[in-house]
Amino acid sequence: MTLPALGWQGLVVLATFGISLLIATYCTYAERVIAAFLQDRVGPDRAGPFGLLQPLADAVKLFTKEEFFPAGANRALFVFGPCLAMITALMSSAVIPFGNFLKFGDTEIHLQGIEINVGMLYVFGIVSLGVYGIMIGGWASNNKFSLLGAIRAASQNISYELAMGLALIAVLMMSGTLSLREITLQQTHVGGGWHIGDIFTWNVFKQPLGFVIFIVCAFAETNRTPFDLPECETELIGGYHTEYSSMKMGLYLFAEYVNVFVATAVMSVLYFGGFNYPFQYEFLDFLTNKTSLSADWAHNIFVLMGVVAMFAKIFTGIFFFMWVRWTLPRFRYDQLMRLGWTILIPLAIFNILLTGGLITFGVIQ
Amino acid sequence: MESLSKRAKVLEKKPMTLAERAYLPAIFQGLSITMQHFFRAATKKQVTIRYPEETRPFSPVFRGLHVLKRDEAGRERCTACGLCAVACPAEAITMVAGERKKGEENLYREEKYAVSYEINMLRCIFCGLCEEACPKAAVYLQADKMAPPRFERDEFIYGKDRLVEPVTPDNRSKRGIQLTPEQADKLRASMA
Amino acid sequence: MSPLFLFLSFVALLSALGVVLAKNPVHSVLFLILTFFTLSGHYLLLNAQFLAAVNIIVYAGAIMVLFLFVIMFLNLNEETEPHKPALAKFAAAIAGGSLLLILVAALRNVSPAGYDPASFDSQIGMVDRLGMVLFRDYALPFELASILLLAAMVGSVMLGKRETGERNF
Repeated sequence: MTLPALGWQGLVVLATFGISLLIATYCTYAERVIAAFLQDRVGPDRAGPFGLLQPLADAVKLFTKEEFFPAGANRALFVFGPCLAMITALMSSAVIPFGNFLKFGDTEIHLQGIEINVGMLYVFGIVSLGVYGIMIGGWASNNKFSLLGAIRAASQNISYELAMGLALIAVLMMSGTLSLREITLQQTHVGGGWHIGDIFTWNVFKQPLGFVIFIVCAFAETNRTPFDLPECETELIGGYHTEYSSMKMGLYLFAEYVNVFVATAVMSVLYFGGFNYPFQYEFLDFLTNKTSLSADWAHNIFVLMGVVAMFAKIFTGIFFFMWVRWTLPRFRYDQLMRLGWTILIPLAIFNILLTGGLITFGVIQ
Repeated sequence: MESLSKRAKVLEKKPMTLAERAYLPAIFQGLSITMQHFFRAATKKQVTIRYPEETRPFSPVFRGLHVLKRDEAGRERCTACGLCAVACPAEAITMVAGERKKGEENLYREEKYAVSYEINMLRCIFCGLCEEACPKAAVYLQADKMAPPRFERDEFIYGKDRLVEPVTPDNRSKRGIQLTPEQADKLRASMA
Repeated sequence: MSPLFLFLSFVALLSALGVVLAKNPVHSVLFLILTFFTLSGHYLLLNAQFLAAVNIIVYAGAIMVLFLFVIMFLNLNEETEPHKPALAKFAAAIAGGSLLLILVAALRNVSPAGYDPASFDSQIGMVDRLGMVLFRDYALPFELASILLLAAMVGSVMLGKRETGERNF
């Protein structure tokens, strides 16, 4: 790789970082507007047109609040907890392919932070670390409710990681690779010809059961309602962030939204074809043959449309997360554990067996 | 136990069907309901009243902040008889009576007047009994003003400075409702 | 030796010392997690990406969470720590010291084999190569281990199953 290409790739990493933060920022706004609309209300509409500057106002508010340390708290870990939550949340978006590569002469810019051949395992590993931020913060607060929240988060995450991993194995059995980019590239028809839609090559149609298990686990892993037991207000005041104030609290809330963003991005890569979109090859064909664009630019426009498709899928996913949050009530803790261990894990194992059988008999590949 | 009215319905607790136990159909039902609300809120006019810009109309029988009226010549009507203080169920009204001096005829209508007149807005229940008790038609509860929230308790004790109607006809009100410009002009002509 | 290797080794040794020397058990666990991270870094330097990721998922992500979980529940601190007799301390020092001695003695004369750039295969640590070895040369042990894990998982699910007559809240 030549140096300018490395420089461009560094820019992609920076852009991924910035986009993660920007989306998380506007998730706070979107959450409130969607909540309001689902409840026949207006939502924030004072700061700027349609309240679009609301996240800025929130940030100002959080930064100017008093930094509070509870008595008997472990100060170093109390600060370290939210930092760790934010770091782990931001790390996982590095391997997500937001698009194919752009071509400028000989330079190729991959729209992905970094391509590693164990991308899926990397995401999985980082997500499993996310719970440390919550555990450390909850323990360091020196508050029994925080500790209970932290412990709930730990056991919930470990339990649902199992079912999530087993659901993923069925996808990996079909794809035969752990690289997120290759999984994406497999979910499309190669070659020309008119297809009734490239949609049916998406994994969600081959793995419907696995997808349902995955999305339930994604709700549990990101601590979103109906599985937001770690911060369950009715029982635990605020859960692990009871004692937090100011921007440390903001970091926890922010990390949750970054996690939602990553979860939906991974979901769209694994099950919804990532940056593939319907009729994409017809579109490429049209660009190269019917317009006067150069081959490079035809390819670039084709790829940028893929980025748009990817983000459309991500936003739909985030909307679904919020829609569910304002519809379903919270589960009870024993129901949560029972669902994870006695329903989702057996279902996921059954799904693996089913997938294995179908692959053996050549129904899917 | 025998039912007395014979109308009690015996509920049979059936075991849940598979669809009910799977919980997914119920989830989709709930999701569709919230989605209907989402589109209703996004498309139709919302019921929310955006307060500082839009205000809700007061009820026609609303009784708000008190006012001590003046007569047509701009003299205070109150004669400090104390009937309002007696009528007040919350004992919110206190006053000190005084005798009108020579040369004050243009200030007070009767020979006796209220040197101080205080209403404690924290005690007042805005029942309007003082308004009914007043023989001189001096105290009224306005229909368009409220006692606003304040930070200190003593700010809620309204003295004459805040209760007595302003002198200029443009600021005066009739039965608690701000005079229209025509009514103010008519009053100004009668005073002159 | 690259500076990255030196840095990782330095952090690994320091955090491993921190595990032993930290007064607070929660700090010990956190140092242990940091040690696992540096080990994963070493795996990456050896181009064993799969091993690095699995080390983080299994050790840092699952097992250490359980460690932390238990330690938080026990609420260990200096006041509740039982007084250890001098004899126990002495025995521990002897045992630890002899282990150190054995390790040093065993590794003293080892000369690292190095590698031959001509025959070195950079893909040796990749996941597909590892899969080939596991499923071709070690298929039986691998399957036995997976059956053991499956049995453990079925056992835990059975423990969690609601029995007839159990109170349903």
